[in-house]
Amino acid sequence: MTKPHNPLLSVEDLRTHFVTRAGLVRAVDGVTFTVGRGEVLGLVGESGCGKSVTSLSIIRLVPAPGVIVGGRIRLDGEDLLAKDAEAMREVRGARIAMIFQEPMTSLNPVFTIGDQIAAAVLAHAGGTRREAWTRAVEMLERVQMPSPRERAREYPHQLSGGLRQRAMIALALAPGPQLLIADEPTTALDVTIQAQILELLRRLQAERGMAVLLITHDLGVVAELCHRVAIIYAGRIVEMAPVDTIFREPLHPYTLGLLRCLPHPSRFGQPLSSIEGAPPDLRVTGRGCSFAPRCPSAIASCRVDEPALVERKPGHLVACPVVPV
Amino acid sequence: MTAGPLVDVRGLEKRFTVGGAWLRGRQRVVRAVDGISFMIERGEVLGLVGESGCGKSTTGRLILRLIEPSAGSVHFEGHDLMALSASRLWATRQRMQIVFQDPFASLNPRMRVGQIIGEPLAIYARADAAERRRQVSELLDVVGLAATVAERYPHELSGGQRQRIGIAAALALRPSLIVADEPVSALDVSVQAQVLNLLMDLRARFGLTYLFISHDLHVVLHMSDRVAVMYLGEIVEIGPRAALHEQPRHPYTQVLLSAAPVADPTLRRQRIVPRGEVASPLAVPSGCRFHPRCPFAFERCRVERPTLRTIGARHEAACHLNDAG
Repeated sequence: MTKPHNPLLSVEDLRTHFVTRAGLVRAVDGVTFTVGRGEVLGLVGESGCGKSVTSLSIIRLVPAPGVIVGGRIRLDGEDLLAKDAEAMREVRGARIAMIFQEPMTSLNPVFTIGDQIAAAVLAHAGGTRREAWTRAVEMLERVQMPSPRERAREYPHQLSGGLRQRAMIALALAPGPQLLIADEPTTALDVTIQAQILELLRRLQAERGMAVLLITHDLGVVAELCHRVAIIYAGRIVEMAPVDTIFREPLHPYTLGLLRCLPHPSRFGQPLSSIEGAPPDLRVTGRGCSFAPRCPSAIASCRVDEPALVERKPGHLVACPVVPV
Repeated sequence: MTAGPLVDVRGLEKRFTVGGAWLRGRQRVVRAVDGISFMIERGEVLGLVGESGCGKSTTGRLILRLIEPSAGSVHFEGHDLMALSASRLWATRQRMQIVFQDPFASLNPRMRVGQIIGEPLAIYARADAAERRRQVSELLDVVGLAATVAERYPHELSGGQRQRIGIAAALALRPSLIVADEPVSALDVSVQAQVLNLLMDLRARFGLTYLFISHDLHVVLHMSDRVAVMYLGEIVEIGPRAALHEQPRHPYTQVLLSAAPVADPTLRRQRIVPRGEVASPLAVPSGCRFHPRCPFAFERCRVERPTLRTIGARHEAACHLNDAG
């Protein structure tokens, strides 16, 4: 699955900051990870932790006033941060595709979904308009759109939420990207529709051997879909491990806290353990571990030394010197 | 105080008329809530779960008579809410309160927290200004906030703090019933656990009765003594938590259980993924409303509408499959 020496995507010490009137916000502050070919990596955290800014940094679409101030992003060995705007446009769509929580972020309301997918095919693969249209209908079939031939002639507003999500996935995958970034792809959906879309993503990923970076706050979705997981807190990765390890032997106190505060079938009705306090203000540069103020295991040195992400067991990285292994 | 259930709902219906205005097409009727009956015992938590548009929020508002039902009755503390005079209804409202999903939208941004929490006390002339201030700080303490928060405005607070304020305002008049409508759906998981624990503590401390409404089956199972599952305006199954979780007897409940992602890869089970999407309440299917999506539907389901039948201790389901024995 993962080839550590030749990953598809490698992100090294990424720093994306926002210059605001209220101060400098360090949204992403030294994030390092890789996504292997055919691997599904989950990037998990709560609101404002920097997971979406990380993904937007990879495709270089960080909204102003955000700026990538440091780090390296490589796709298949190529430095994405060194590319000019034109070359980056080639990468987006053709090699890295992105899907969002809200399908109307990607879909244009004034064109039929068939036209939009066909336009994407034409732009990236060329050919005739007729071929592109045929390919668009094929893509809609692949995402199990009911009556794809007829639906291709419909506008986004004529589709239900679940079908729009399918149309967006078809549009994203039409050029055959190597990497799919999925930012909360099922968060706005009802649970039965979510199950259908997760099933679809799992199947398409396996069929195409495509790498996926899944951005989510939902550990349930992670357990269903991911091979490996990175837990992110206050702009930094605090733990990274294969999916079974994260759930079976979490080491970082934040990961532990996140897992314990979810209702679980074996503990219904019993008090949930919760993480006291709230995530930190990213404008304030405290010294030490940013989780220390909320951490039940924190010791004096946690408030002074910034913990590094180190490999504590093969494939299991933790940014906490306190936890025993 | 009379004996008997705190809330007794019989044949409750709410129909909305849509369209019919200029250029809006012909008038059509949405049956948002279509003849539901249930009881809530004193001190009990009844969970109400279902997907968007199933009528669960409408049910919560009907029970408080915040909207007028089209048919049916609601008895609260032995009184028929529909038969109460305006002044008696006004007095009764002190005993029934609601907590909303979105603490960002439900708190007046121009009022200080102290005014928001003290407002119900002022409206019902329960206390003079000095006594109100004392009660407000007591209520803030009850929901785990510092007394100084009374001087702040809602926008200065985090989502979790705002939800605590919504809860404090609901508690101000010492109600017996609280309708909690998606109270944690807008919160991050670590904060969600804090608020769920708070609701459990308050229930024990003040002997509260909750109607707990959520789309999240695990949260509902966690919080509730009994659970009612709604689909397209109807209750399809109702029963004690354990029975519903371990022996669900309606295919829709089984589907919900199987579709909800669990944050535990070892519990990754064989899914029952339902077909299609929730039908529009404008075009309710004949017979059993779930039959077009049901994996077990047979001929009778297409023609005959099943009714709730007792299948165990306090356990009822509306499904023809249960007739076979």
